[in-house]
Amino acid sequence: METVYLIIALAPLVGAIIAGLFGKKIGKTGAHTVTILGVGLSFGLSVWVFVRLVFQGMPTYDGNVYTWMMAGGYSFHIGFLIDHLSALMMLIVTFVSLMVHIYTIGYMAHDEELWPSDSQVRSTAYQRFFSYIALFTFSMLMLVMSNNLLQLFFGWEAVGLVSYLLIGFYMNKESAIYANLKAFIVNRVGDFGFLLGIAALFAYTGSLNYEEIFSQTGKLATATVMLIPGQEWSLPSVVAILLFIGAMGKSAQVPLHVWLPDSMEGPTPISALIHAATMVTAGIFMVTRMSPIYELSTTALSLMLIIGSIGAFFMGLIGVVQNDIKRVIAFSTLSQLGYMTAALGASAYAAGMFHLMTHAFFKALLFLAAGSVIMAMHHEQDIRKMGGLRKYMPITYVTALIGSLALIGFPGTSGFFSKDSIIEAVELSHIPGAHFAAALLILGVFVTALYTFRLFFLVFHGRERMDAHTRAHLHEPPWVVTLPLTLLALATIGAGGVMYPLLFGDFFRSIYVAPDHNVLAELHHHFHGALAFLIDGFLAPPFWLSMAGVLVAWDVTLYRSKLGIHVHSRLGWVRTILQNGYGFDAFNDYVFARGARGLGRLLWKAGDALLIDGLIVNGTARVIGWTADRLRWIQTGYVYHYSFAMIIGLLVLLSWYVLR
Amino acid sequence: MIPLSHYLIVAAILFSIAVAGIFINRKNLIVLLMCIELMLLAVNLNFIAFSWYLHDLAGQVFVFFILTVAAAEAAIGLAILVVLFRNRRSINVIDLDDMKG
Repeated sequence: METVYLIIALAPLVGAIIAGLFGKKIGKTGAHTVTILGVGLSFGLSVWVFVRLVFQGMPTYDGNVYTWMMAGGYSFHIGFLIDHLSALMMLIVTFVSLMVHIYTIGYMAHDEELWPSDSQVRSTAYQRFFSYIALFTFSMLMLVMSNNLLQLFFGWEAVGLVSYLLIGFYMNKESAIYANLKAFIVNRVGDFGFLLGIAALFAYTGSLNYEEIFSQTGKLATATVMLIPGQEWSLPSVVAILLFIGAMGKSAQVPLHVWLPDSMEGPTPISALIHAATMVTAGIFMVTRMSPIYELSTTALSLMLIIGSIGAFFMGLIGVVQNDIKRVIAFSTLSQLGYMTAALGASAYAAGMFHLMTHAFFKALLFLAAGSVIMAMHHEQDIRKMGGLRKYMPITYVTALIGSLALIGFPGTSGFFSKDSIIEAVELSHIPGAHFAAALLILGVFVTALYTFRLFFLVFHGRERMDAHTRAHLHEPPWVVTLPLTLLALATIGAGGVMYPLLFGDFFRSIYVAPDHNVLAELHHHFHGALAFLIDGFLAPPFWLSMAGVLVAWDVTLYRSKLGIHVHSRLGWVRTILQNGYGFDAFNDYVFARGARGLGRLLWKAGDALLIDGLIVNGTARVIGWTADRLRWIQTGYVYHYSFAMIIGLLVLLSWYVLR
Repeated sequence: MIPLSHYLIVAAILFSIAVAGIFINRKNLIVLLMCIELMLLAVNLNFIAFSWYLHDLAGQVFVFFILTVAAAEAAIGLAILVVLFRNRRSINVIDLDDMKG
């Protein structure tokens, strides 16, 4: 089996290397063929592994395939841990990645038009793109298949790198460069915490292997650490919070979420793959993987609950006032990531993973549908200039509708199953902050429906607001675009009902939940089959809230009653706050960016220019110069002065010699 | 019989005059050369006095060497002086401060 796992991980890498290094030789067709073959192979084998593992009872694989380094009695390995959790992640990653690969053929077909004609990278941009997304697939697979924290960290950084490269794909655009730097820097902040967390675990357990770490949880539970003298902190809390800081960066949790909306500068397929479906969920996956550590710390769980629910509600609110089609979905991603984090905080790891999966499908679907719309609109992304696209793009319309319904949790769609189980799990949780979180999450349902259907109605219904030239060219994109949309739509509908029962049993065997935190087991008591849950769904408050959200969205975009105008005139200040994203960007710019620049300036002026250059380098020269300047007064040039000095010297020497 | 100390005193006086001449003289370079000669003579006088006092002829032999060197030195010194005068149109000591820092 080892070979199979190696092939799964390395096939996309081979594709990426061929497309990246020999892109010019193999051309466009060669590039997408080779990468799709690689990812397709990974997907096929992942399905096979999943089936064997889940349905045919193949045992969990945990082994090292390569010893990377031996140092001081510790050894670091490249290894795979293939259990239900990673098999599910592999399935999600390779499936969405394959869909995005196919979709990209259509989306990037006329990419040259977006580059300046004298650009040097113009001719190979297509191949470069395929190389990057295949490389991303490899990195993400390494991340999820890892059996140790070091390899996880490698994958973690590698997906960050590819994300950076792809956000700045249009490297001639200044805003893209700003966005990719921002993403990189914000992620460094998170990674700093993550690395500290890994180091702390390593220091206390002497190993980075999951199995070996988790076997020592008993010892870890009572360990304390003293970061500030005199303050004893529980080690699991410190480790869990540090690791969660890493997850906050990667999974864009408040306050490290600022990079995600800007990351929409990248081409749409990668917004779907990286910044919605897979990479940003790496944090969720990591926390789930480390569940035995998190279960030791109620503090960390509580923190995750609160941060997650704040993100779920408040980031969703920003989505309501955005006008860029991709930014609306980006804020929706932030909100949904908040839901997942809240689920983790309530110890409902399985629910978080479940939502991760359904979200990967429907959010990738929504992004790809948005990309399809953007293509048809000739790269116009402002939803105020769209409208009435339903009759021009029926397939996109239907798939986007399915995605939107799943996003708002309409009963029967996959989003309903996952989101409702999160909300109910949080309601049942006894962890401090759970009531607050549950309230925000339920309110978030209304907000989700509001922004989703505002977007949906503005794009597909109502008056056609585009100019005549664009309208004349509106058409459904080619099959390479509609096929992934259709397949993802099928996954979106199907995944929920099929996978829902897996939420309860012992499907995720590697997840450990402390008995008194086990809300999902409690939820299970109320559970009487998917159908009953479905019927209950129609009666529960979240459903009515989401319907209210749809209704309000319909009212303000299509029906246009006085309500919208009233809200607009009365609550203008709220709108301003939301449009500024609660001032996170401004705060970061003023405090951190400016502070860092100020500090740099200070160090430059005081440290470099004054101390090193002024005092040490030039100072030495100046002291020597000053001394020499004084000494040259001795050099009068007159013979009698020199002879006088000689005589005096002689006299002194002689008298010393004689009188000694 | 004149005692040794008298010779030595005369020599010391001559030497001091020569040193004073070097210090005090600001005018003529030739005077400097003469002062150096005077110093050498003072030294010669010492040599002879000690040679006589110690009954050792080596001192007097040395005097001959010194006289020879002094003659050569005077010749070279005067030659340099002539060249110097040609170049600078002056042999004033006070003007010769090219070594000033």
